[in-house]
Amino acid sequence: MTSGFEHAGFLSVEHLNSLLAGLRANAYQCLGPSVVNGAIVMRELHTADALPRGLQAAQTAGQYRLTPDPENRYFAWANGPQAIKPQAFVPQESLWRAERDESGVLQFVAVHPEPARQAIIGVRACDLAALALQDAHFLPDTRRDAHYARRREQLFLVAVQCAVPAATCFCASTGDGPTPTVGYDLMLVELADGFVVVPGSDKGEAVFRMLELPAVTPQQIEAARQQGLEAAAAQTRSLPSPDLREALMKQLEHPRWDEVATRCLACGNCTAVCPTCFCHAETDTPVLDGRSSEHVRIWDSCFGESHGHLHGFNVRPDIRSRYRQWLTHKLATWHDQFGRSGCVGCGRCIAWCPAGIDLTEEVAALTAGEAQP
Amino acid sequence: MAVTLQPSIKPRVAVHKFSSCDGCQLAFLNLGEDLLALAERVELVHFAEAGPLDPDTDVDVAFVEGSVSTPEDQTRIQHIRQHSRLLIAIGACATSGGIQALRNGSNRAEWVAQIYSHPEAIDSLERSTPIANHVKVDFELWGCPVSGPQILAVVNALLLGVAPHDNADKVCTECKRRNLTCVMVSHGVACMGPVTRAGCGALCPGLGRDCYGCYGPAENANTDALAAQFSHLGLTPRAIARRFQSINSQAPVFLAAADKVRARDD
Repeated sequence: MTSGFEHAGFLSVEHLNSLLAGLRANAYQCLGPSVVNGAIVMRELHTADALPRGLQAAQTAGQYRLTPDPENRYFAWANGPQAIKPQAFVPQESLWRAERDESGVLQFVAVHPEPARQAIIGVRACDLAALALQDAHFLPDTRRDAHYARRREQLFLVAVQCAVPAATCFCASTGDGPTPTVGYDLMLVELADGFVVVPGSDKGEAVFRMLELPAVTPQQIEAARQQGLEAAAAQTRSLPSPDLREALMKQLEHPRWDEVATRCLACGNCTAVCPTCFCHAETDTPVLDGRSSEHVRIWDSCFGESHGHLHGFNVRPDIRSRYRQWLTHKLATWHDQFGRSGCVGCGRCIAWCPAGIDLTEEVAALTAGEAQP
Repeated sequence: MAVTLQPSIKPRVAVHKFSSCDGCQLAFLNLGEDLLALAERVELVHFAEAGPLDPDTDVDVAFVEGSVSTPEDQTRIQHIRQHSRLLIAIGACATSGGIQALRNGSNRAEWVAQIYSHPEAIDSLERSTPIANHVKVDFELWGCPVSGPQILAVVNALLLGVAPHDNADKVCTECKRRNLTCVMVSHGVACMGPVTRAGCGALCPGLGRDCYGCYGPAENANTDALAAQFSHLGLTPRAIARRFQSINSQAPVFLAAADKVRARDD
């Protein structure tokens, strides 16, 4: 773990803008954290001075509040409602268009997105683990999703080690954080006077070389490692095991499903903020002149009515069956599909559930006496 | 019978107004260039707000705005139904009785006496009710007011000879597709989005405020769970009941939710 530290450089706080300049010199538009409507979201970033310095994200079940960071750090907020997902798997995009030509014959026209080269600054270890799962879904060798692929290859990912996990975080128990190990182009570890910068790819190496940073000291490496260990130890939530397949599939008729269904709003917010959820629907939007129609992909959710709709009946008509579908797919049958759990421990489904349903609490209740930590 | 038309015809369309504010008719008028395209593809035979006046003729599609709130409304809706192949109720008034249905739980005569200087000039029914309480409705478009894109989607579907899509998902689905931050979670405000029908494009959360349920109940609306969370956010039972008793106070799901909260408070 964290083996790249030996080749790392050190970027002092006052030179943070040189990182943005380096990214721009490599033709990347920068997206970074910004405070919008009381939460950290990713927006276009022109200067390091615009970063929301000195904030933490206090999160509990159903609640997210920005609070001051006594150490005035740049990245002390654990995460916001979204990070990478909407950039690669966009919430709404046109896949193709049907047009009627002069003679009235239908023509089908492919829509090719032309996304900008984007550097996302401040993604977390959980986000990178989630992106790897999105890649597994959208980019298998046999069926590459052209739209996702095009956006994905334009991304440059600047990861940050989590130093201040939120109360909703449990990436240590899923094995996905808090220190990024793979999937980044550059990784930052924020220390008191600056950043340990670790290149993680050829693209990252190119930007890293432009920065001409002094090498990190052994003390800085040790501080970075120690900070990661402390952040893992500070996490208060956990899943009992990274593999809950057997434990959960044994409990398909557990009374807890009925109980959680009384609290669940079936709003789908958990699936929207979940960085690994990939379900989508496809709809057609005809233009009123009757000559063309857009075929659009939109985010969908297993908590919606149409998701379970088959010809003539609905396989998941009630909230109980929808919640059970979500949780057992995410934590159990995902293993059959992708060889691991679909949960990366980011805790977003806990914080952003308007009803405050806690996935770790539900799992604990469903598997009580089954899986041991 | 399926809610469809033959795709080859140029349908004759009427837009009727009942007890309402006219806002849903404006969803047509505010279509801009699309309104011109619409006028090419359908024959608008009656639409008082736009000009054409012929309320009694036979039409393929009648859009009906407003609730049945007066004795005159009662007879007129029967007449329209008899002369329309498809009848589509548009907006909160037509689908749930609207804001004027707040009187349904009160003493109408008392309210009229308190509000109007000449109560004897008011000829209204005891209750304001949705169109479907009086005649068969082929399709309902919820919203206060309905939006232009909703209207276009229905018209497009009918012109293509398919049944319109009934989107009963929650406002949250549109909110998240817009990458908006959940105002209930980040600000602790009592947002009705998790029980309210989509269709507005998450207009209010997009402006940083809470949804107030003007599109009516979504499918599988867990009003008990939302009422519990509103209570957790500090709302009194009276305030919670009021969240459900607004634009769509008589929509059965919202009415039952409010009654349940009030019953617990007693």
